[in-house]
Amino acid sequence: MPVISYREALRAAMREELKRDENVVIMGEEVAQFNGAYKVTEGLLKEFGPKRIVDTPISEAGFIGLGIGASMLGIRPVMELMFWSFSYVAFDQIVNNAGNIRYMSGGLIHCPIVIRGPANGGTNVGATHSHTPEAILASHPGIKVVCPATPYDAKGLLKAAIRDNDPVYVMENTILYNDKGEVPDEDYIVPIGVADIKREGSDLTIVAHGRAVITSLKAAEILEKEHGVSVEVVDLRSIRPLDEETILASVRKTHRALLVEENKPFCGVDAQVAYLIQARAFDDLDAPIGRVSSIDAPQIYCKRMEDLQLPHPARVVEAALKVLA
Amino acid sequence: MDSKPTTVAKSVAFTHPESLKRPAGPSEFAQHPVNVALTKEEKIALYTKMVRIRHFEQRCIRTYQQGKIGGFLHLYVGQEAVAAGTISLLGKNDHVITGYRDHGHGLMVGMSMNECMAELTGKITGCSQGKGGSMHYFAPDKNYWGGHGIVGGQAPLGTGLAYALKYRGLKGCCLTYMGDGAVNQGAVHEAYNLAALWDLPVIFVIENNGYSMGTSQERSSAHPGCLAKRAEGYGIAWDVINGHDVYEVRAKTSEAVKRAHEKSKPTVLEIFTYRYFGHSMADPDKTYRDKEEIKTYRETKDPVFLFEKELLLAKVLTKDLVESINQAAMEEADAAAAFADESPDPTVADITKHIYWEEDNRGPQTTSRGTIIFE
Ligand SMILES: Cc1ncc(C[n+]2csc(CCOP(=O)(O)OP(=O)(O)O)c2C)c(N)n1
Ligand SMILES: [Mg+2]
Repeated sequence: MPVISYREALRAAMREELKRDENVVIMGEEVAQFNGAYKVTEGLLKEFGPKRIVDTPISEAGFIGLGIGASMLGIRPVMELMFWSFSYVAFDQIVNNAGNIRYMSGGLIHCPIVIRGPANGGTNVGATHSHTPEAILASHPGIKVVCPATPYDAKGLLKAAIRDNDPVYVMENTILYNDKGEVPDEDYIVPIGVADIKREGSDLTIVAHGRAVITSLKAAEILEKEHGVSVEVVDLRSIRPLDEETILASVRKTHRALLVEENKPFCGVDAQVAYLIQARAFDDLDAPIGRVSSIDAPQIYCKRMEDLQLPHPARVVEAALKVLA
Repeated sequence: MDSKPTTVAKSVAFTHPESLKRPAGPSEFAQHPVNVALTKEEKIALYTKMVRIRHFEQRCIRTYQQGKIGGFLHLYVGQEAVAAGTISLLGKNDHVITGYRDHGHGLMVGMSMNECMAELTGKITGCSQGKGGSMHYFAPDKNYWGGHGIVGGQAPLGTGLAYALKYRGLKGCCLTYMGDGAVNQGAVHEAYNLAALWDLPVIFVIENNGYSMGTSQERSSAHPGCLAKRAEGYGIAWDVINGHDVYEVRAKTSEAVKRAHEKSKPTVLEIFTYRYFGHSMADPDKTYRDKEEIKTYRETKDPVFLFEKELLLAKVLTKDLVESINQAAMEEADAAAAFADESPDPTVADITKHIYWEEDNRGPQTTSRGTIIFE
């Protein structure tokens, strides 16, 4: 199987869908002539031309709203946000319009729009550019949110998102863009709402999404080598819909759960996951659920401190040992 | 309606090189009263400030290349006359707010190179204690309200600062800077309308450097020549300015300051300028503009050299003085880099400081209970 980067996997997903469906349009700041701020859309303008690959002004509320409107009339826009942090100037469009129109029209209208781009801290760019809005957005019924952690999932989830008939918000991670992995050349999708066991184990379940999955896998490695603990890592992949059964099955097997995410703790994704586990697997638990998230503050600029603000393997190991104690 | 530009809006073309040809010799704005009023020392000081901005930025490149600055670093080299000219007009009740290309404005309001450099390397001695970084400088004690990373986000804030000035009966204004790409953010238009509707002493300064990242100005705004002129739709006075001539920047901005101070009315100024380096240090700057274009600007329109030439001609500066000013600025920038090197990082405990006023100032004014920072 070809080994490609997360960035290339996203690009492959877009290329294949652009070819498959003539109504797919890629739009965003610097996506065409500049080949993408993070080069995810590199080469697409050359291959598909300016009708399909469209540069926009710095008008997120305008062009995202335009994409939502176009999606109501049969276009399948894939909108790039240079950072999900910039979605905040388009919040009304993203939440009120895309998220509510189907419901408010009694099912008459739907919005098959994809919005994608990086949503992560850890790049030393300060608080305004480091937001991770998956929990905020997933709290709105009507919206789907996915967070791929690997190249395979990046391609499969983005393709599923483009074919989905509801708004799907794809949150990527600039730190993962160069990560490599096996990705099939052929057409496949990763269904939205299906979690994935990224590592099997028997003593502890770690539930994570996005880059926290990679961090947790590193921690699991250390836990096995240095502490003889067998850790299972469940990658949510999709925040909403949430694969509750995979989480529960794993916890029922290991009897211990540690939740790891790069969000700030308050109302994070893991607040929902923790509720789920205690509600439906309370009797299976041998210890209170543990949790690692970012230190609760706006993202600090100083790189050395930001690395400590985010979950990192040592913090995950420490928290895991507490749950195992 | 006060909406004629002070110069004829001869539909200024955006191909900068042709439209901004400046006759050799002294600036036609040298004789404007605000420039005539400058003493020799003040002229030298203005030149010195522009030189300091340039050398600071050039030192930043080195520090970045040494791996000591990360993230985004947006340089102001080439645009010095904009911050220098406009901010040199301000008095004690005048305020400044800008976007993420904020180093030049910071140095102009009087921030030290030390605190600016230490911020870039994320040190506790930085202006924002290593919490903001390059895009988020702040110095409220110097009427400088940032340093804003989200394009256009500062426009309503600047309008609000102007509102506060008016509300409190202070005769002042707020210079609110943005780029040529930022004018297409909705928030900017909402701010324009509020400023006009409520007669607020805000001056919107569009620093038109021809590009927003890799997008030339022509590719981002409909209707050529319209950036400042959009003000007309709101009944706001506007003007266009050659930003390579610091005297012209001062002359025309002074009219806007007067309008703000005396009539409490907004202005939109579009200042033509140019950035020599990529959008940020992360931009290889290889695809969207011609090397020749950059060269032309550097050689024929450099705001620092043009002003230097002007002052040499006027015998305000001498070659020796030019040299010593440049030398001193370089040494100051080197010293700032050393200061940043030697300064400590913030600590993990610092991460959760400065989130809430109340947390940092527990006392009789405390009005809330409960958990506010979460594990
Ligand atoms: C709302 C928002 N969208 C996108 C960005 C990313 N971005 C940062 S600067 C920039 C270009 C801005 O260009 P311009 O306004 O001309 O200012 P200049 O960089 O030339 O000073 C873009 C797209 C952002 N910071 N905020
Ligand atoms: Mg610009």
